[in-house]
Amino acid sequence: MALDRKIAYIDLSTREIKIRPIPLEVRRKFLGGRGLDAYLLYNHTKKGCDPLGPENTLMVSGGFLAATLASATARTHVMAKSPLGGMLGSANMGGFFAPELAWAGFHHLVIKGKAEKPVYLWIKNGKIEIRDAGHLWGHTTTETQWAIREELGDEDIKSLVIGPAGENLVRFANVMTGIKNSGGRTGMGAVMGSKNLKAIAARGTMDIKIAHPKEALEYNKRFIDQITSAKVNQTQGTLGTPFIWGATNSWGGVRCRNFQFNQELYCDEIEPEAIDEVCTETMGPYHMTGCFGCQVHCRAQYKIPTGPYAGVYDEGPEYTSQGAFCGEPDCRSIETLLTGNHLVDQYGMDNLETGSIISWAMELYELGILTDKETDGLDLRFGNDEALLEMVKRICFRKGWLGDTLAEGGIIASEKIGKNSFDYLIQVKGVSNLHSDERATPALALNVATASRGSDHLRSRPAIDLYHLPEPVLRKIYSTPVPYDGPLSSEHTEYIGKPWQVFWQENCYMAVDCLGICKYHTVFLGATLPNFEDWAKVIYYNTGLEFTPREIWDVAERCNMIERLFNLREGLQREDLKKGDILNHRYFDEPTRRGAPDVVGRVIDKEKFRKMIDEFYEYKGLDKNGVPKPETLKRLGLEKEPSHLL
Amino acid sequence: MEPMGKVLVITPEKCTGCRLCEQVCSVFHDGVSNPARSRIKVMKWEAEGLYIPMSCQQCQDAPCLIVCPVKAITRDEKLSRVMVNHNICIGCRSCVAVCPFGAMGFNVIDRKNFKCDLCDGDPQCVRFCEVKAVDYMDADRVSIAKKKAAAEKITAAQRQAIALEAESH
Repeated sequence: MALDRKIAYIDLSTREIKIRPIPLEVRRKFLGGRGLDAYLLYNHTKKGCDPLGPENTLMVSGGFLAATLASATARTHVMAKSPLGGMLGSANMGGFFAPELAWAGFHHLVIKGKAEKPVYLWIKNGKIEIRDAGHLWGHTTTETQWAIREELGDEDIKSLVIGPAGENLVRFANVMTGIKNSGGRTGMGAVMGSKNLKAIAARGTMDIKIAHPKEALEYNKRFIDQITSAKVNQTQGTLGTPFIWGATNSWGGVRCRNFQFNQELYCDEIEPEAIDEVCTETMGPYHMTGCFGCQVHCRAQYKIPTGPYAGVYDEGPEYTSQGAFCGEPDCRSIETLLTGNHLVDQYGMDNLETGSIISWAMELYELGILTDKETDGLDLRFGNDEALLEMVKRICFRKGWLGDTLAEGGIIASEKIGKNSFDYLIQVKGVSNLHSDERATPALALNVATASRGSDHLRSRPAIDLYHLPEPVLRKIYSTPVPYDGPLSSEHTEYIGKPWQVFWQENCYMAVDCLGICKYHTVFLGATLPNFEDWAKVIYYNTGLEFTPREIWDVAERCNMIERLFNLREGLQREDLKKGDILNHRYFDEPTRRGAPDVVGRVIDKEKFRKMIDEFYEYKGLDKNGVPKPETLKRLGLEKEPSHLL
Repeated sequence: MEPMGKVLVITPEKCTGCRLCEQVCSVFHDGVSNPARSRIKVMKWEAEGLYIPMSCQQCQDAPCLIVCPVKAITRDEKLSRVMVNHNICIGCRSCVAVCPFGAMGFNVIDRKNFKCDLCDGDPQCVRFCEVKAVDYMDADRVSIAKKKAAAEKITAAQRQAIALEAESH
């Protein structure tokens, strides 16, 4: 039964392990996954704690429906205070770890303290052991996983690991499982590294009882038909996320040369179809793979065709790798793309942040803010493929002044570099933006500015806003499970109605993150995909718990508010450039230079943007400063936080 | 009597490795999600990106059937499958030892063996596998796809030869 999965508290300093049930009351309030992690983070960290100190707490979880029949219940979530921006740290990944953790008897791990020497956790069928990881230290992400399997003699072990970047406390090191499933954002790998925690290995053969197996099977089948019939998912299943980058680039919505341009020209080699060709040539016609239980199979398999890593197997590349190794640094070679993707996978560092920060350094270099002295003679101009890949290595191993500096993440690096370098850093709350340009899309700009973990597209982006859906269709989506009769606009360049869409998506994404379901299985890129009503059904069929769609919405709103409370405690202020809900000045001052007729020449109108934020705050029940009103906390049952229920 | 009946056909290169087959198998048969109870298992070579689903081949001359000391295993000709009668089975695991495909499982909780029963003619692994890495088809169709693929290569070669010939004249 999903309800009998446990929570474990692991203190690496004292080596004490406590295993507890998760009370039903807590499930009803926070469900599980990211939502419950947020509650745990708020309750188990102190204000102003050092993100890389033993006092930071790391949460690892599977969703409430992990390994049940709710379609693609594969997502693993990690959370802690972020070493990147000092705000909420949160990352979510697919793969096979979360189901294995659930079969091993657990949904949530709360990891505190710091191990004296490198260790890893070995979790099997209800038991947890802290084991020596001295021999694993220094290994890449896949080497570590295979070594653990060999050591414990079980090929079905799934591990969550860090690579050298996490060990070296690169502030945007990620947590990885499998070949390329990455909990990428906000430096959760550095938090693991700071705790001397190299890996968490799980293996389980414990039954998860399905409350209504027949109905669960039938509903899952329906779910799958609904999900795989969506054109967007069929395309994802053929070309993977590169198709999004290609499509977005075609109208001018990607980020190039660190925000100087919004469209990459002459890039045939890295178009989705060209990548697909390499995958077909190197891996055959059936080269798509996927996460646990998922029929979208959006992940490509490839071997690097040429260069020093020729013949090496990897998976991806994703949209973010195209942005990181092509659009942003203005490189257009598939070899660079596939090699860069492989390096960050092996080192365990966030491709998005890596590409962004190097591109930022490239712009600073071209402006003369950085010189050959800081780069140790590396010619860091845009379009230099070799310099790009060299910088990836220097950052991972903190080599040279610039490698070491950039490894600290944008905000600290900008303080070290000085001058007006910060003005060019495209970030929110210390976290780099996705390689997309939101100057022509106010809804997406609002999402980026207000996302809880810093600039991000997976926390509240109304991506379907780009489809120009007719207003009645939008209304059908956005007025359930809570009524909405305000304005909605089909025009993606509009400001009207967008705050509600962002608010709705924020709750929608939180709900799937609590359940552990992938966003491709909800209203993210496809307008016809499952949402609150469907989840009410899958929760009931799989766990026997009755939730109304509205109750799931309430849980999501509550969990989003807890994340807000955490950020406020860490110093969030509405227009603080480093900790606020505000965009880099270039969004407001520099018009887009390329793209479709309705995209070129656009900036975000600052006044209208402020009004959007006001409206968004209102929906969330916040005052003008972004602080929750007392009645909001009361309505959400959060007036007594931290309440230490767990 | 019908000539052959349907068989489970696995095309490994189509498998995406998602393991939904394992999950639905255990839910259908035991009402729980637990791949350890699944009759089908995806063997993986992750470092190379290879995934191969393994299940009972419902052998005609089944080693498990032959080795069973209490004759608990029989062939059900109607569905062309090998079945275990758990009322007779003594849990000696001889069948587990002799199966050349590792398709006979042993459940440590119930102390009994378990194997694919083709879900009485509607295999759930097939029903849920969108990419059709696992399929259920008439036995005479099994080799058709391969025949066609091989034939296509031959026709392509023939066309090329004709074209070359035409060019040279």
